[in-house]
Amino acid sequence: MKFAIIQFPGSNCDQDCLAALRGIAGLKADYVWHKETGLGDFDAIVLPGGFSYGDYLRCGAIARFSPIMRAVVEQARAGALVIGICNGFQILCEAGLLAGALVRNRSLRFVCDIVTTRVESADSPFTCGVRAGTLLRLPIGHGEGCFYADEGTLRDLNERQQVLLRYCDETGRVTPAANPNGSVESIAGICNRERNVFGLMPHPDRACEARLGSSDGLTIFESMLRSLATNRAAA
Amino acid sequence: MKVKVIVTPKEAVLDPQGAAVREAMQHLGFTAARDVRIGRYLEIEVEGDATEQEPKLRELCRDLLSNPVIEDYRLEMPNECLTKS
Repeated sequence: MKFAIIQFPGSNCDQDCLAALRGIAGLKADYVWHKETGLGDFDAIVLPGGFSYGDYLRCGAIARFSPIMRAVVEQARAGALVIGICNGFQILCEAGLLAGALVRNRSLRFVCDIVTTRVESADSPFTCGVRAGTLLRLPIGHGEGCFYADEGTLRDLNERQQVLLRYCDETGRVTPAANPNGSVESIAGICNRERNVFGLMPHPDRACEARLGSSDGLTIFESMLRSLATNRAAA
Repeated sequence: MKVKVIVTPKEAVLDPQGAAVREAMQHLGFTAARDVRIGRYLEIEVEGDATEQEPKLRELCRDLLSNPVIEDYRLEMPNECLTKS
């Protein structure tokens, strides 16, 4: 399986993603520059973290119009797996592939920490490798990670189990104290209705080796790999 | 001609920056400050006829300059022809 990592001017977790993905058996990964207009032969697309276009205007607002994004949207609509991490999540929201938006942290501070998140649904290609309720320790680093969606959108997200990750404490309880940025309902990651596009603020790419403090990020990439392999076997 | 775009956070969206500034105002003795909302202001120098460009400008306001999920915009054309989203 081969993953495409889209590089925007200002992406800074592209190398983390490449290193993390290439470290997984059976997985290949390569960069795709944002000025490309087409995606080659890839099984999944990664929008990495960073500060695309310096976060000018709004985070992700300009990257969303990069030439490659037309192909990303096309592939997403056709059912390809797309994961947006941190700035990648912001870009997916701006592009309309995911609901809601990410706004300034409630504290007004940039947060850099390791947080605990709880898998809310295992029914997705990104979480199928674990049970709902599994806790993942993942790093975060963002100033605009406060997830916002209006009431109607939130209701839809909850009813369709599109919330895949929530911030929680070390025992798995979702509490205001364990919410690092003020996200509504402690939402850390959501998928689209079709469940093939996933955005999250925490960095699984920076948590794929025990010596980095956590290897829980592997859960997400290995779930993707497993889901792709199952689909390929069925085809 | 110069058109102006004012982008503000929607009422329902928390604006922690605005809240911090309001608090600072109150510290400075301006207790009448009930609410402060911080947005963005853009001046766009445009060639040609304003009214002809308006549909495209409106499209840009919606797709690029603001995010309708969290923000409202106001496009101010010259000649005071004020329009709101």
